[in-house]
Amino acid sequence: MVHGSGGKAMAQLIDQLFLQAFSNPYLDQLNDQASFNLPPGKVVMATDSHVISPLFFPGGDIGALSVHGTVNDVAMSGAVPKHLSAGFILEEGFPLADLKRIVDSMAAAAEEAGVSIVTGDTKVVERGKGDGCFINTTGIGVVPDGIELGGDRVKPGDKIIVSGSLGDHGVAIMSLRENLTFETTIESDSQSLHDLVATMVEAVPELHCLRDPTRGGISATLNEIAQQAGAGMQIYEEAILVKPQVKAACEFLGLDPLFVANEGKLVAFCPADKAEHLVEVMRSHPKGAEAAIIGEVTEDSLNFVQMQTAFGGNRMVDWINGEQLPRIC
Amino acid sequence: MSIYAKQIEIHGQVQGVGFRPFVFNLANRLGIVGHVANGPEGVSIFAQGSSSQLTDLLESLQTAHEQPTMAKVHSLVATHAEAVRGLDTFEIVKSAEGEVDLAVTPDAAVCQDCLEELFDPNDRRYLYPFINCTNCGPRYSLIKSLPYDRANTTMAPFTLCSPCDQEYKHPENRRFHAQPTACASCGPSLKFRGVDGKTDPDPIGAALALMQQGKIVAIKGIGGFHLVCDAQNPEAVQRLRDRKQRPEKPFAVMGANLESLRSIAELSRAREERLKGHDAPICLCPKVEDALPDVVAPGLNWLGIMLPHTPIHYLLFHRAAQQPTGTAWLKEQQTLTLVMTSANLSGNPLITQDEEALKQLAHIADGFLLHNRAIETRCDDSVISMVSSQASIVRSGRGLAPTRVKLPDSLKGLGKSVLAVGAFFKNTICLTKGDSAYVSQYIGDLDNPECCRNLSETVAHLCSLLDIRPDLVVADLHPDFYSSRFAREYAQANQIPLMQVQHHHAHVAAVVCEHEIDGDLLGVALDGLGLGDDGQLWGGELLKVSGHRSERIAHFSKLKMPGGDRAAREPWRIASAALHELNIESEQVIHLKENEGYAVVQQLLEKNLNCPETSSAGRLFDAVAALLDIKQRSDYEAHAAMLLESAAWQYLKSNPWPQESPLLKTEGNELVIWPLLQRLTECEDKGYAAALFHRQLVDGLVSWVTQAGERYNLTTVALAGGCFLNQLLLSELQAVLAEQMQVLVAQKLPCNDGAISLGQAHIALQALAVENNDKNRDGLCV
Ligand SMILES: [Fe+3]
Ligand SMILES: [Mg+2]
Ligand SMILES: [Zn+2]
Ligand SMILES: [Zn+2]
Repeated sequence: MVHGSGGKAMAQLIDQLFLQAFSNPYLDQLNDQASFNLPPGKVVMATDSHVISPLFFPGGDIGALSVHGTVNDVAMSGAVPKHLSAGFILEEGFPLADLKRIVDSMAAAAEEAGVSIVTGDTKVVERGKGDGCFINTTGIGVVPDGIELGGDRVKPGDKIIVSGSLGDHGVAIMSLRENLTFETTIESDSQSLHDLVATMVEAVPELHCLRDPTRGGISATLNEIAQQAGAGMQIYEEAILVKPQVKAACEFLGLDPLFVANEGKLVAFCPADKAEHLVEVMRSHPKGAEAAIIGEVTEDSLNFVQMQTAFGGNRMVDWINGEQLPRIC
Repeated sequence: MSIYAKQIEIHGQVQGVGFRPFVFNLANRLGIVGHVANGPEGVSIFAQGSSSQLTDLLESLQTAHEQPTMAKVHSLVATHAEAVRGLDTFEIVKSAEGEVDLAVTPDAAVCQDCLEELFDPNDRRYLYPFINCTNCGPRYSLIKSLPYDRANTTMAPFTLCSPCDQEYKHPENRRFHAQPTACASCGPSLKFRGVDGKTDPDPIGAALALMQQGKIVAIKGIGGFHLVCDAQNPEAVQRLRDRKQRPEKPFAVMGANLESLRSIAELSRAREERLKGHDAPICLCPKVEDALPDVVAPGLNWLGIMLPHTPIHYLLFHRAAQQPTGTAWLKEQQTLTLVMTSANLSGNPLITQDEEALKQLAHIADGFLLHNRAIETRCDDSVISMVSSQASIVRSGRGLAPTRVKLPDSLKGLGKSVLAVGAFFKNTICLTKGDSAYVSQYIGDLDNPECCRNLSETVAHLCSLLDIRPDLVVADLHPDFYSSRFAREYAQANQIPLMQVQHHHAHVAAVVCEHEIDGDLLGVALDGLGLGDDGQLWGGELLKVSGHRSERIAHFSKLKMPGGDRAAREPWRIASAALHELNIESEQVIHLKENEGYAVVQQLLEKNLNCPETSSAGRLFDAVAALLDIKQRSDYEAHAAMLLESAAWQYLKSNPWPQESPLLKTEGNELVIWPLLQRLTECEDKGYAAALFHRQLVDGLVSWVTQAGERYNLTTVALAGGCFLNQLLLSELQAVLAEQMQVLVAQKLPCNDGAISLGQAHIALQALAVENNDKNRDGLCV
């Protein structure tokens, strides 16, 4: 990829690439903006910039991830995601073949998620001023009538449900980035959760809150909600699914799976009397096949998140400020 | 004969310990008239008599062995007063309205007078499990609020019967105002419950019978429950380990008397005196080999031993001795020895409530010895190391807490109170008021939610008991300790400033505070790890301390911790990092490769991934223990370091100190550890290597410190940090350094993180004092 005089030709090439891959009636109008109507209901919008190294990893790539991340952020409100925008920042010299791979993967992810990429933009920065490829996506969706989710709606007594295994994404990325070899390959869990969410809110509209435990892992999510809800959380290590290879890798690396990022899992907070039913519904969906109740919201003025360990002890699931520093003194 | 009068003000721990009756009896004996009362800061006496009578009075008041057992006099000031005509009695007068009572005294073991009664069949308290007097019994553990009156203690539900009431009201009686006093007809009672829920009319007999059958009994004591079994029954001790999921952490052992303890541990005059203290702590003493099954304290050269502290314990030994009359049996060796371990689930605080015990210990205990005197404040057993010739506090709990430390006069007049919340492990809090700092009992490790709650409760309870509203709250620099989060929230809720203090500076300041030293000095902090001023992980530091400021002038070489905190639990990881640094292949360290995960750790080291570096001395001990294959994985904190120390003691029992040329050298501001580590990998004999390590470390530290002393023209050094619980290191280093410098070590409080809160408070007060004097805010990080 070149910059300057020859840049124009290249820009056209890239535009062509996008148009072909993302083709949809809104984009194809080739206006500077997309215009569309939305079905009735509350509109939600979310944005996320995706910066990840490496760009391609087992279980996904930055393209799919940039769709999944934003689709999930929109979906966690209970909304049906509708449209996405995509902004690319490319480093001069980035291979076109890689870009094509990323764009195709984005298109496939968007199609799977039922969203169209309706507007976009590309900028090329000088060599050394970017890390290959950054993607920003903004998503818009509509919440069905009667659904209202939020951290402040969470109540003591609510059950905490997780849709599947934890830690896959973070450990997969780290292993690959650092070229660590384990006996088995660990795959990222990157996926859109819109359809799982739709099934859940339809079956249990009384649901209180949904979150995707991305950066900071489930620990950050639970602590955030505990503060928002003015409550505590009690979870049980034995109820939490961590794949054996992820667990082993975490042990060797000295990571806590509860702090590791996920990209295709959600945490639900649900009134206790609906929890069993919700888990059943989730399990009937492929993306929630391993859903389980991992704990409950407690009355606690100190807003502690605590976990009963497999040994029967109880430990704090802390809110870590930034990077995890060793603490054992 | 001329009559004179004196007004005497006594400050210190003088309320709620029988000080007024002591003064009353003393005055009457000497023929002095006047009165005594509790005042806002202690006890006030107006005494009138002849010049020689007054001299005698003052002398007796200041003689420690005449004072009540639990009294601690900080200061006594006598001023001339006008004599009053017509005064012909000495009286205890009621305290002034609205006075601030300072009667937060620690709990005390049952006294000899009470023991005499306990085993006297003619005494009305014969075999009464809750006998006590003004000189003994529970205090801190049962006070709910102040003033210290029965109504404000957990004894409130028990109305005194008429004989008890008589004793309580008579100044001459040794139970005058003994708030927890009771007898069988009016006081608390024991109850036994089997796992099947069945009770037994003979609780002591039932509990003892179970233990004699190798079973485990949960026994409610003063500050909480113990899990107890026969120390001589290895199966019973192993069962306790299995059920408590505590594979190797040493258990303490209780014996009926010194004669019984002598058969299992090496006693000395000093150790005996310490064991007999009214705080009745667990004392770590060198163990007599093969006296008890190894499973009691696996691999260690020492054993934690203690004497009974409640009448309940005495009654168990008494029953085992076939219920002799009188106390002569307490001078004879008894065969029964008991393993006594805190009753808690892994990491949780000690259990204090009956219902909690019955529920949480159901899978551990085979029976429960309960009673209906509630425990208000949890207090773990205090632990004191007496492995070498001096005593070091390992943990401040029952009998010691809250520990009152007198502050230097320069800080007294500030009129500000601070709350310091400590660090992470073995946490305590500290509150200051006037001329005193109060350090709480051991709260526990703050990775456990119940210990974190315990922190909040202790802050609230002590603030209320001491009537303190903090003007400033102090925390560690580490942002992720629960104590730091608590401090942030507390500062916000109470609209007061928050100050953060570097961990090792706090360690040194705690020792300095104990010794009331002013002026610049050197501080050696050998510790686990703590966050440094530069965001790095410190722990083997040489600091230059001037008041609230400190400067890091040197540190140990940095070791990598592959896997972060995980490496602290798995010393083999640190040893692998050291080998990686040394870049050597040695036959002697082949054992490291057998660890699961070795290959991944090698990758972490090669890529420098999740390998935080630390100058921690504690991690150096870990590295050496694993290099020598003494311990690869720790089951409890400092496990590997303790086994390393034990191995050195063991070697030195029959060998002289290894003599090799010095290998620890100072380069720039770094104490370089690599040549010593390299030499250790070549040693064939672990015992020799362990002793060599200690020797070299001591010698290296001595030149490190003395050189710095010369450079900065400083002659005082404070030794602080958890590594100084290593008695071999402490005693050797102290002995050699003392030839050249003034050496300060922790005495009233532990050298480990249990004293961080005191150091934080001390630094904060000094910073406030500077601010006060100079109106100079520089240096105070609010
Ligand atoms: Fe420390
Ligand atoms: Mg997001
Ligand atoms: Zn007594
Ligand atoms: Zn009575």
